[in-house]
Amino acid sequence: MTTTAPLPRSTARPRPNPGRPFTPVSPSGRLLAAAAPGLAEHLRRNGPPPSPSADLPDLVEAAGLTGRGGAAFPTWRKLASVGARPIVIANGAEGEPASGKDAWLLRSAPHLVLDGLGLVAGSVGASRAYAYAPPGPGAARLRAALAERGREPVPVEVVEAVDGFLAGEASAVAARVAGLPARPRDKAVRLSEAGVRGRPTLVHNVETLAHVAQIARYGPGWFRRVGTPDEPGTFLATLSGAVARPGVREAAFGTTLAGLAAMAGGLTGPVAAFLVGGYHGRWVPADAGAGLGLTPGPRPSGLAVGAGVVIALPASSCGLGASAAILRYLAEQSAGACGPCRLGLPALADAFAELAGRGNPRAAVSAARLAGLVAGRGACHNPDGAARLARSALEVFADDVALHQTGRCQARSGRPASRGSAQR
Amino acid sequence: MTRPGADRGGPRLHIDWTRCEGRGLCVELLPEVLDSDPWGYPIARPEPGRAPGDPSVPAALSEYLDAAIEACPRVALSRRHGG
Repeated sequence: MTTTAPLPRSTARPRPNPGRPFTPVSPSGRLLAAAAPGLAEHLRRNGPPPSPSADLPDLVEAAGLTGRGGAAFPTWRKLASVGARPIVIANGAEGEPASGKDAWLLRSAPHLVLDGLGLVAGSVGASRAYAYAPPGPGAARLRAALAERGREPVPVEVVEAVDGFLAGEASAVAARVAGLPARPRDKAVRLSEAGVRGRPTLVHNVETLAHVAQIARYGPGWFRRVGTPDEPGTFLATLSGAVARPGVREAAFGTTLAGLAAMAGGLTGPVAAFLVGGYHGRWVPADAGAGLGLTPGPRPSGLAVGAGVVIALPASSCGLGASAAILRYLAEQSAGACGPCRLGLPALADAFAELAGRGNPRAAVSAARLAGLVAGRGACHNPDGAARLARSALEVFADDVALHQTGRCQARSGRPASRGSAQR
Repeated sequence: MTRPGADRGGPRLHIDWTRCEGRGLCVELLPEVLDSDPWGYPIARPEPGRAPGDPSVPAALSEYLDAAIEACPRVALSRRHGG
């Protein structure tokens, strides 16, 4: 990842840009341009950490920032609703296998994350802050960055994340920070009321915190200069599959799927569909989806990009096979605590394995029914995400569902369908 | 997210899925609201225009809602107001 021009300094705050409803991509990126692993370069590019302020929720509301961990919840609401003397956690666990943006951020811009964490923790009157990151380079870089910085507004402790898809789920994160197994818990009591050791707890994705720091530095007007009026700002995307240069890119909301693929060097060949939003996301047909804009959460005319994961499925790969592999993974990653997820996800994965192989009409009916049975019935959103992925696969790869029953597959144009065609 | 009090009106029955083991007493006490899924776990009967999740319980069944909450051997049920 290379970056060029640094961000404008706060002394030269960019002018608002009301005449243009949408700026596709900021010239040099924002987080990308501000990123610096070491403190000296970070300070040179960004200046000192922004000072905590009780006005932070208002500032973040004016900016229109939404959470970058996948749920796209308005960040200011979390800030404004947390109880007194909370615990604040920067969540860099990134359990999604196809995502690499949080790991990139921790490696390349740990000070930006810590600026945001300190700012939020100080502004909400937190007593303690934690940075939750996978063991290895992420946690190591955070520790090194903390050692460089000296005194924080609120003491920060690095906690190593456990492995697994659900390790980054907010209630699992809070449990792990409290020294318990990293399992999602029931949401009848919100984390903002009682989380870590019964204390009000705020869990923000690390990218969200980096944006908060830059909003405090440059203002909500600056943040809104790119993106769309309804979905302002930029997001980090992780692109993989049939793109020339896979990896992490920064784009403005409203950027089309085709535009984002172009930022990754374009497609390497014919693409059947894109998986947008990661393993809990949706398949989008390449032809119909290329011109649609990416949005943080669901929108009638946009594609919810969630935590920024986009996978281009080459036309030579079977979409049903890819979906079966992902659903099997999600079933295996189930914490097993909730019956419908523990029993329903393996059954859903079985139905897809059948569709991906020599399918039969009953398997499609069964898959659709199982998706309906698991959705909304768990302590976390793993069953909802699996149902979403399964339903979109049944819709987007409907032709293949029929074709496989005749022993053929679109990916192999007439050749026998195979389970081995799954692409991660 | 669905809005509180939609459709059937009244409070919502929250199921803590980490506790529920599908003993089925709630399904017997609130058959208007709950059904059993193929594995024996309670599942909300469809409410038009509502996403799946915690079902709302009509005010007229309030007594049975309380009874179900009391009867659950896993203490998995609670009454929930709002989202």
